[in-house]
Amino acid sequence: MLELMGLLLLFMIIAAIVAIETRDLLAAVISVTAVGFGVIIAFFYMRAPDVAIVPIVVEVLVLVILIRATLRVGLKTYIGNRDFFGLMVTMAMLFVIFLAAIRVFDQLPAFGVPVMTTMPDAPSNVYIADGLKQTGAANLVTAVLLDYRAYDTLGEATVLFASIMGAIAIIRKKARKKPSEPEVPEW
Amino acid sequence: MVDDVVRPKGMSPIVKTVSMWVKGFILVFGIYIVLYGHLTPGGGFGGGVIIAMAFVLMTLCCGKHEALKRMPLGVAGEMDSVGALMFLVIALLGLSAGLGGTFFTNYIAKADPGTPFKLLSGGTILLSNIAIALKVATSLFLVFTLLVMLRVMYKDER
Repeated sequence: MLELMGLLLLFMIIAAIVAIETRDLLAAVISVTAVGFGVIIAFFYMRAPDVAIVPIVVEVLVLVILIRATLRVGLKTYIGNRDFFGLMVTMAMLFVIFLAAIRVFDQLPAFGVPVMTTMPDAPSNVYIADGLKQTGAANLVTAVLLDYRAYDTLGEATVLFASIMGAIAIIRKKARKKPSEPEVPEW
Repeated sequence: MVDDVVRPKGMSPIVKTVSMWVKGFILVFGIYIVLYGHLTPGGGFGGGVIIAMAFVLMTLCCGKHEALKRMPLGVAGEMDSVGALMFLVIALLGLSAGLGGTFFTNYIAKADPGTPFKLLSGGTILLSNIAIALKVATSLFLVFTLLVMLRVMYKDER
């Protein structure tokens, strides 16, 4: 099964490169969505349907929005020549980060072995042992999201709310009005 | 003479009919995902996006007027705010001394945890799911409608 995961990873990398390099905007949008669905398949492979449901629907919605909203306007992609010096600096920075990351990866648990199986006093063990008793919710993921770690969810909701307010403020029927004009209640 | 005929907006009648049938099922599935979020995989965010997808489907097949007839932009904005406020109120009620004293205390589950694996269990988790679903569904519908209605406006157009 691990080889299947590698194939999936290869597919995602190829799709990401296609998304960057192609000149066709529609092909780029679809390639980005393909990368997203690769992540979703990986979530299912790791038996996390709770995490996978949200990306599936968001991925479809974003695909519809991108195709419907951006492609109709008639935007064009421009691919300029890459700056050689900038490319070299980027490669050097990536190499330095890679050298630092090697030590970090040594400390990580092996693939497919969660921390809670090796550490008896990890927080997730407490959630699994006492979650149903303390919250009464059978789905432990929701219990963590909305009870133990509800503060994070509040932050997430706040970000969404602020972004919607920004979108409404920028995109409306009358973007600018003179001070002499009457207030327009309609958006 | 041909110009006098008012052409119907949107896609072909087959697509319209099928979409209008399917949208109800999508709505029911979204509400199910929200209400049973504390028992089965899912929750407020995923269910809310599915509810928004029903309206997006309506917009795509029949034009934005069909969707805006059922969910006007003003109502959507108000429901967005109501969802956010409801989530905050649920959190702030836990702060009151009689109910627990800390932010986001699950005070309902402390008083009565309910039978596990039944719909009425989990205390504030069910209420928070409904609040988040309201918020996410209306705000994503708003974003979609705003982006679809967007068009480039030139200076001399006014």
